[in-house]
Amino acid sequence: MSFMQIKDLNVHYPIRGGFFNTVVDHVYAVDGVSMEFEKGKTYGLVGESGSGKSTTGKAIIGLEKITSGQIIYEGQNVTNQRRKRNSAYNRDIQMIFQDSTSAMNPRKRIQEILAEPIRNFMKVSPQEEKRRIIELLEIVGMSEEALLKYPHEFSGGQKQRLGIARAVACNPKMIIADEPVSALDLSVQAQVLNFMKDIQNEFGLSYLFISHDLGVVRHMCDHISIMYKGRFVESGTREEIYANPQHVYTNRLLSAIPNIEPETRDERKIKRRAVEAAYKADSHKYFDEKGKVYPLKDLSQTHKVAMMGAERGGM
Amino acid sequence: MKSKNDILNIKNLHTSFRIKDHYYHAVEDISLTLKENEVLAIVGESGCGKSTLATSIVGLHPPGNTKVTGEILYKGKNLVEFKEDELNKIRGNDIGFIFQDPLAALNPLMKIGEQIAETLKYHTKLDENKRKERVLELLDQVGIVNPARVANQFPHQLSGGMRQRVVIAIAIACKPKIMVADEPTTALDVTIQAQILDLLNDLQEETDAGIVLITHDLGVVAEVADRVAVMYAGQIVELATVTELFRNPLHPYTRSLLNSIPQADSNNERLEVIQGMVPTLTKMPRKGCRFAPRVPWIDETKHEENPALHEISKDHFVRCTCWKDFHFEHQEGGLQHELHAN
Repeated sequence: MSFMQIKDLNVHYPIRGGFFNTVVDHVYAVDGVSMEFEKGKTYGLVGESGSGKSTTGKAIIGLEKITSGQIIYEGQNVTNQRRKRNSAYNRDIQMIFQDSTSAMNPRKRIQEILAEPIRNFMKVSPQEEKRRIIELLEIVGMSEEALLKYPHEFSGGQKQRLGIARAVACNPKMIIADEPVSALDLSVQAQVLNFMKDIQNEFGLSYLFISHDLGVVRHMCDHISIMYKGRFVESGTREEIYANPQHVYTNRLLSAIPNIEPETRDERKIKRRAVEAAYKADSHKYFDEKGKVYPLKDLSQTHKVAMMGAERGGM
Repeated sequence: MKSKNDILNIKNLHTSFRIKDHYYHAVEDISLTLKENEVLAIVGESGCGKSTLATSIVGLHPPGNTKVTGEILYKGKNLVEFKEDELNKIRGNDIGFIFQDPLAALNPLMKIGEQIAETLKYHTKLDENKRKERVLELLDQVGIVNPARVANQFPHQLSGGMRQRVVIAIAIACKPKIMVADEPTTALDVTIQAQILDLLNDLQEETDAGIVLITHDLGVVAEVADRVAVMYAGQIVELATVTELFRNPLHPYTRSLLNSIPQADSNNERLEVIQGMVPTLTKMPRKGCRFAPRVPWIDETKHEENPALHEISKDHFVRCTCWKDFHFEHQEGGLQHELHAN
């Protein structure tokens, strides 16, 4: 059973112009997105820059105003409570950012940074608070020495882990991770991803994993949604997306991933050209006259795709 | 592959930076050759010195606190000894440079067309009309759909992929013999990345230029490179052709890097991790195998005292001898062990 549902989420930014600076049009950053989250699962949100994936994440947690739509958390409509202090929703949904350097106050010590969520959401004594902070550092594999250091004294991977420590401070139900490893080197990326899996197993967390890296997403996610211009073009389990992609845009993304087999690179280049040609030729099948994505249709219980003539199979 | 001549010869290159009255080697004893019509990839994590190597080739370091020694031979001349104005004649003309961040590489106050024409003005004798023609030709060549309009736009009006195409257009404006591309696709989306890499490949076929491609992405290497140099802590630890490197990686660092990529077809829950991190410039060990601290389970005696590059098979070089006995932490036996078992 899903513990959280997003229903028809819209985030539109007005474009002002004209004589009286009136609203002349909107940017449809997020345009009718629906999702469901189950406990202990990882949901991938993939798209190119400008597709609205980060905006979706920010809108869910309340950093971005929602134009319309609903967020149901454990049976309650929390759409308007997201920004209230001390709400359970605020405590249970946390976020990790791509750039961990700018996500931490450079003038605060690690112990203050980690204490912040605890002070906000838990009523504990100072001793208890200190114990919890040390516990958090242990969870992310760091020693007590870190307590009195400042963020700049840590490496990128360590800072990202501290960001995670802060996010798990109040035992959240879900963490929205916005490109958590995009700025990291390969081996450090592996460390952080392993670690995210570990705490997921330990605490039964759910992740909304926002990324443009399809290799990482395939490694991490149970369920993947592909986003384009504010809408989902395809959504399904990992196997469905990677083994049986339906939408031409998904195909295009998948064919663009570099592969570490140099022997087959010429074949891949030919395939990439073919997909690119199909993308240009058949675009009316996948996008309407305005270039918008069609509404999603069910292909099977989990697999949804936005294209013309997609028939309900399976089920 | 066609027969190839060397166009760039790097011999015993050292680049060191001054930090508080001490010079520290960021690039140490690098010897490399670049051939015509070849993509030579240089890979490694951040802090391995790969960008320093790239900028040393074109002499972009401030002379005040940098020391560059060794030889960079281009057409029989040593670029290291060149003066600024001599370098200026070569940069942009014989050697093109593609930077990681196209927005920072372009002048925000100049129209695209002017920026490309600037290179032509400096290095060629074309008159103004000819230059304009050439600019449109170049924009067309890098796959920009409406060259006339784009030439009249400013950098901020273009998308990231378009900007990178403009930077490439500037780099190839004078048909350079060598192109140095420092992480040319890191800031771009995968679909754009694929387009840019294909573009580089196509341009190379037309111009026969040699490309030095700096990247941390092994996927990109596998897609475009002919030869690969793996750098760690300022040194080359492995050098091989691209097929050889991916089929038969030998150095522990190369193997660890390849092992930490999330693999498509494995359902392995955990990724392999390399312990520790790349040492910083001031804390770099100057003796022994530099990768040793990150593979502490390998016996010290397996490393060489002064690790040198050994030619293991034709065109395949590996530094130090520790690869023979290397195994991942939770595995038994070394590579030799496995070879014997087979």
